[in-house]
Amino acid sequence: MNFTLKIWRQKNATAKGQMVSYNVSEISPDSSFFEMLDTLNQKLIMSGGDPVSFDHDCREGICGTCSLYINGRPHGPVKGVTTCQLHMRSFKDGDTIHIEPWRARAFPIISDLIVDRSAFDKIIQAAGYVSVNTGGVPDANTIPVPKEKSDAAFDAATCIGCGACVAACSNAAAMLFIGAKVSHLALLPQGQVEAAKRVQKMVACMDELGFGNCSNTYACEAECPKGISVSNIARMNREFLGAKLFTEKEKIIQDSL
Amino acid sequence: MTSLNARIPEGPVAEKWTAYKSGCKLVNPNNKRKLDIIVVGTGLAGASAAASLGQLGYNVKVFCYQDTPRRAHSIAAQGGINAAKNYQNDGDSAYRLFYDTIKGGDYRAREANVYRLAEVSNQIIDLCVAQGVPFAREYGGLLTNRSFGGAQVSRTFYARGQTGQQLLLGAYGALSRQIAAGNVTLFNRRDVLDMVLVDGKARGVIARNLVTGEIERHAAHAVVLANGGYGNVFFLSTNAMGSNVTPSWSAYKKGAMFANPAFTQIHPTCIPVHGDAQSKLTLMSESLRNDGRIWVPAKLKDVERLRNKEIKPSDIPEADRDYYLERRYPAFGNLVPRDVASRAAKERCDAGFGVGSTGMAVFLDFADAIKRKGHDTIDSLYGNLFQMYQQIVADSPYDTPMMIYPAVHYTMGGLWVDYELMTTIPGLYAIGECNFSDHGANRLGASALMQGLADGYFVLPYTIGNYLAAEIHTPRFDTASTEFNLAAQSVTDRLKAIKNTSAKESVDHFHRRLGKIMWEYCGMARNETGLNEALYLIAELRNEYARGVKVPGGMNEYNPELEKACRVADFIDLGELMVRDALQRQESCGGHFREEYQTSDGEALRRDDKFAYVGAWEYKGRDAAELHREELQFNEIKLSQRSYK
Repeated sequence: MNFTLKIWRQKNATAKGQMVSYNVSEISPDSSFFEMLDTLNQKLIMSGGDPVSFDHDCREGICGTCSLYINGRPHGPVKGVTTCQLHMRSFKDGDTIHIEPWRARAFPIISDLIVDRSAFDKIIQAAGYVSVNTGGVPDANTIPVPKEKSDAAFDAATCIGCGACVAACSNAAAMLFIGAKVSHLALLPQGQVEAAKRVQKMVACMDELGFGNCSNTYACEAECPKGISVSNIARMNREFLGAKLFTEKEKIIQDSL
Repeated sequence: MTSLNARIPEGPVAEKWTAYKSGCKLVNPNNKRKLDIIVVGTGLAGASAAASLGQLGYNVKVFCYQDTPRRAHSIAAQGGINAAKNYQNDGDSAYRLFYDTIKGGDYRAREANVYRLAEVSNQIIDLCVAQGVPFAREYGGLLTNRSFGGAQVSRTFYARGQTGQQLLLGAYGALSRQIAAGNVTLFNRRDVLDMVLVDGKARGVIARNLVTGEIERHAAHAVVLANGGYGNVFFLSTNAMGSNVTPSWSAYKKGAMFANPAFTQIHPTCIPVHGDAQSKLTLMSESLRNDGRIWVPAKLKDVERLRNKEIKPSDIPEADRDYYLERRYPAFGNLVPRDVASRAAKERCDAGFGVGSTGMAVFLDFADAIKRKGHDTIDSLYGNLFQMYQQIVADSPYDTPMMIYPAVHYTMGGLWVDYELMTTIPGLYAIGECNFSDHGANRLGASALMQGLADGYFVLPYTIGNYLAAEIHTPRFDTASTEFNLAAQSVTDRLKAIKNTSAKESVDHFHRRLGKIMWEYCGMARNETGLNEALYLIAELRNEYARGVKVPGGMNEYNPELEKACRVADFIDLGELMVRDALQRQESCGGHFREEYQTSDGEALRRDDKFAYVGAWEYKGRDAAELHREELQFNEIKLSQRSYK
């Protein structure tokens, strides 16, 4: 198969970027999208050019490193897969393919198609965990969890932190990412002890980092490679409101004492 | 050749760890604050160690080459994690888990370490559940288990087909909490390229900032390596693209011994190779063997007709199928250990019964299981794996059998460590897959996650204190010292030497060639002639590589080709050591199958009288290495030929 690629090239964070055209030929339909880009890069290296930088690692759809915006869609045209699991058979021979990085204020470009997603780490650091220490915990089976809750928590926990939700959102909101973590932990008894504080801290951190807000377009769910549902955003909003009311009530009680 | 002392505590095997913990030295909280520890890698071992050490109050610096700790390749582990909880009331115990692990490893692991691993396995499950890891549960709300290769009990805890992901996210959460608390500092997008020794002790590392290209110096009172396995020496493997041996290898060159490098695990259930542009292989969890039945056509005529697409697999009647694992190993059937299953697949394919376009594949069939358990049950057990398979090969396992073939997956060899997980360099520790310790010559399924977390959460936090207790008066180190200057200079020189813009070939060219040599001569089956041929080919490859590789771009910028160039240089050297190790081990055991040493029915022939030792190599310059032995003592378990029949 042959393709024309139009790729965003940008030397570093401060340089000016532009779309550049390349041709690749004799690509197997069974090749993954990255194997196609590998072929391009080998060609560029051998001809003295500068290979295209892109983030990738596990190439089996689970690490969340890959982050390409292909023909205007995060992770390309196939629903429910990451870029690394996209295969060239999903395109037509002779297609022109546009490849860009995630674009969001909170994800600055590092080089070409690579962006800095450490904002996601900061959100998790804010409170995206259960505060237990190594050692001194009860036997695993002393905390029964209804299977339905556990399964729902698992569904939310499958987020791979790739940032497609942010890239897909017209407001560059991180609500699905946070909603997934808040839901995962709020659905489990282990996570409920800190649930109110967690949601408040994570949302505050998100606001600080320059992510936008949710306006219910559902683009995040549509583009999430793991199919994480927007109902997690609804749950987060509920948790957030509950936590806010609770804190206000607490304050009134405190003041009256 | 000298003997190595693993410093195993005295006493009965079941009491060693308790005795050790009661006797080891402690560091008081005020002093912990004055001590720095570097952790390299943020997979299950690295993240759990960094989180636990930070929680104890040490100052921890943690390094990863990925953009965030959450992406380390532990995330890709699918099937599960073993623990001796005996929740199923099927007769499990720490002793049985210990026994199965030693036997599964073909009696080439150290009893004391493995017993400790089995002993702490239950604590891991407790901790992970407390962290909110959503393990699979029964309707009653309690945890459920599945069975896995090499065991006759159900002791594997799992989170659908994403157990590694969920455990890593648990450890990443714990790590994030310590980062937020200021106990751990994260250095992401860093390659650790060298170890710094001061007066013979590990005191720091030299790292390259992958974004800016800056060569950084970091000092500490102790260094912990958790940089994973070296399967990428084969170019094609189930490892992540960035997985590399460089931190371990730099430690080896500074005096840490490298043990059993030839012990690599070829996983039986991977998606077959499709073509020359292929960059990596994808594993399909071993848990599939619980319900899937492995077969090839019994008649060559059917193989031919399948290949010509005249018939579909389902057209072949039961009588004309060869369920070769069930035939050869009736007791364990499709659940034999990985090495046995892989070799059996190779044997059938070499004999011409392989399926698929290349003839290098066997069927893994779910038709019976779907009939017996129903579509929905199978979907809940393996849904995401089936999806993943369908995405890659465009076939649905619900309609037609999967095709699988063995691929390089895990490396049992690694830096030699003693009972305390310390390498032969004082103050340098190796945990998780990058050490050699617990899996002998073959790792059982669902044991890697167990070992990574055991080392990081429950072993290292005790043993490192025993060393650091004597370091409380050692002040922080100056990174402008001669030792740091020399190490930083040698890293810069090395990068300059590798990079040659006028060279003819790219890094990938060399890596692919190395991979082919290793797979051909040092893969699933090895023999003396082939290994000698490999030595010659690798030497030739190395000489070519030394003349320079085509690496575009500058030193002081984001330059992934330069990163790869360093990693591949180390893989070439490691490849040579693996071959040497495979040559010296004149026996077959676990994943190491020497064709000269097999029983009359083609099973691995161990030679316990001569080779019941760990072979640890000491670096003696570029082309030389000296073998040291750690004789393995089996006091609890009687050595016997592994039988799964």
